[in-house]
Amino acid sequence: MADAPIFIDPEKCKGCTKCVNNCPFGALSMETRPERKQKLAVVDGGACRACNKCVTSCPFKAITMVETEKSGVSDLAAYKDIWVFAEQDGGKVLDVAFELLATGRKLADKRGCRLCAALLGHNLGDEPKRLIAGGADVVYVADQPELAQYEANVYTEALSKLIEEHKPEVVLAGATGVGRAFFARVATRCRTGLTADCTRLEIAPSPDGKTMLLHQTRPAFGGNIMATIMTPDHRPQMSTVRPKVFKKAEPDFSRKGEIKPEVLELAKACTRLVKAIRDPNAVNIQDASIIVAGGRGLKKAENFALCEKLAKMLGGVVGCSRACVDAGWIDVAHQVGQTGKTVCPKLYLACGISGAIQHLEGMKSSDTIIAINSDPNAPIFGVADLGIVGDVFEILPQLIAALEKETAKQEGR
Amino acid sequence: MHVIVCIKQVPDSTKISIDPVTKTLMREGVESILNPFDEYALEVALRIKDEKGARVTVVSMGPPQATAIIREALARGADDGVLLSDRAFAGADTLATAYALTTAIQKINPRPDLVLFGKQAIDGDTAQVGPGVSEDLGFPLVTYVRDLKIADDGTYTVETVMDAGIDVLEGKLPAVMTVVKEAAVPRFATLAGWVRAKRAPVTVWTAKDTGADPARLGLNGSPTKVVDTFPPPVKTGGRVVDASKDPAAGVAAIVALMKEKKLGVA
Repeated sequence: MADAPIFIDPEKCKGCTKCVNNCPFGALSMETRPERKQKLAVVDGGACRACNKCVTSCPFKAITMVETEKSGVSDLAAYKDIWVFAEQDGGKVLDVAFELLATGRKLADKRGCRLCAALLGHNLGDEPKRLIAGGADVVYVADQPELAQYEANVYTEALSKLIEEHKPEVVLAGATGVGRAFFARVATRCRTGLTADCTRLEIAPSPDGKTMLLHQTRPAFGGNIMATIMTPDHRPQMSTVRPKVFKKAEPDFSRKGEIKPEVLELAKACTRLVKAIRDPNAVNIQDASIIVAGGRGLKKAENFALCEKLAKMLGGVVGCSRACVDAGWIDVAHQVGQTGKTVCPKLYLACGISGAIQHLEGMKSSDTIIAINSDPNAPIFGVADLGIVGDVFEILPQLIAALEKETAKQEGR
Repeated sequence: MHVIVCIKQVPDSTKISIDPVTKTLMREGVESILNPFDEYALEVALRIKDEKGARVTVVSMGPPQATAIIREALARGADDGVLLSDRAFAGADTLATAYALTTAIQKINPRPDLVLFGKQAIDGDTAQVGPGVSEDLGFPLVTYVRDLKIADDGTYTVETVMDAGIDVLEGKLPAVMTVVKEAAVPRFATLAGWVRAKRAPVTVWTAKDTGADPARLGLNGSPTKVVDTFPPPVKTGGRVVDASKDPAAGVAAIVALMKEKKLGVA
């Protein structure tokens, strides 16, 4: 058996089994020992994921985390302010940056610090002012030709230099294609922690109560479980958040803020963009107001025609769960969920989707959710405003017919 | 040319379920598989080998049973494989994982031409380790590669999948690249491949073997700490209509709600 990241003190363990019942990973069990009356909790080091659950659940403080040495930065207090990386494309700041500013505003108010935006690009016009209207107190702007186009290596250097100079306590970025790529490299350069795809962010006391930390919550360990993660000893505390997870605020152009131009000395780019292929007809499920999504319950690729027909009637687009992409039934551009896109349409109609947590995380904030599934215990019903227990192959054709009738009625009037 | 592919063993997450009573993961009987995105990365490497005669090495970090995915890669055509397996690596977050993999890569070859990753692992979904290794190695980073062409002088042209479309980039090796599904359809291992892989020795290195700084490994080297885990909040959900015997009732309920909310129907 491998050594474990936790230590169970046999002197203190009373054999109450609380830790065994609380362990999300089945890493703990009770063993009978000849030398003691009560059973003793033992840990399987291979299964233990150091999640801390048993430490907090033990009534006798018998379990501790094994930590030999602490690394980290020594001058935690030198790091101030909450930052949002304001990603832009073609000189326009993306919506996700405003979503992060809206949440960042609440975090900064709770922490009692400034909310700052870091904007990299070229010919940025009035975008810094829009960031102030979106909630920023300070906007650091590096407006230079080398930054016009995203390049992983140049962007890594630019943002790392700003962080090194100004020492923010927290830096948030959108989990976009760009954000997920270079932001992880920035975190590595800063030798700090980065938590991907957070679904909730809060400023709250650290476990030892000595300071306030960013509590980052995300679905974790590849299963149906949420984890709250902190970066206690390193700075900045960094997180990515997917587009559409948070809602942006109404812009307030009466807000006052400071625009600080930055001139960065940057190394040459490692790659050169030779062509940008943009398909105006490409499906964009993130901007759709109605999504008709199919899951494993559709059984085969051809049956997506039902979803397509319905989506077309409603002026919406087709979405899907990961299982359908893995099975090769539909292109990944349609995928909703943790591995796909997070969406927030006015109507999400889930057809034959059972609702794994990874999928629910990608659609649960939709305004109205209707789910059709044959299994009455499907988790999707837990987030649906209306759940229909039934056979999608019976219900969808009838629904299409009924909606056609409704449309005909309207037109006949 | 030497291509190193970093691979990970993951639980087949389509088969994980949650215990309705204890709300914990039911992992018993869940198969471990080679991360699907890593299969695409491996295939890209094997095609470079087919075309240019490159050496392909796979590296993984994990428990001793992760030798299974090393052997799978060998069976498909990789030349050699290394597994990092040591209690010191356990509990690593993405920063510590990237560091550990980097020490292994540097020991295998201080100057490989190309290091490939799948775009993300399906268990953590972070997509952070590839970019982290690019930083630790000091190699340029190229993400979401769906097509890669390498010329004899080491210059390359890649198509990368961005949110807004496809970017075509040019650069020069070495590089760290992450690969998407569209990059290649993975080949199956041949019977002869399996026979060879079964006999091939798999190198297993501990932290000492790679000369890694213990303070930067595993839990100690991980800035992020998991402080709590909990089952996802149980939502009560809205109305549920049992239409299993009466589809029309279900359809009527849907149409009524869509009308009420003015969604797609007037």
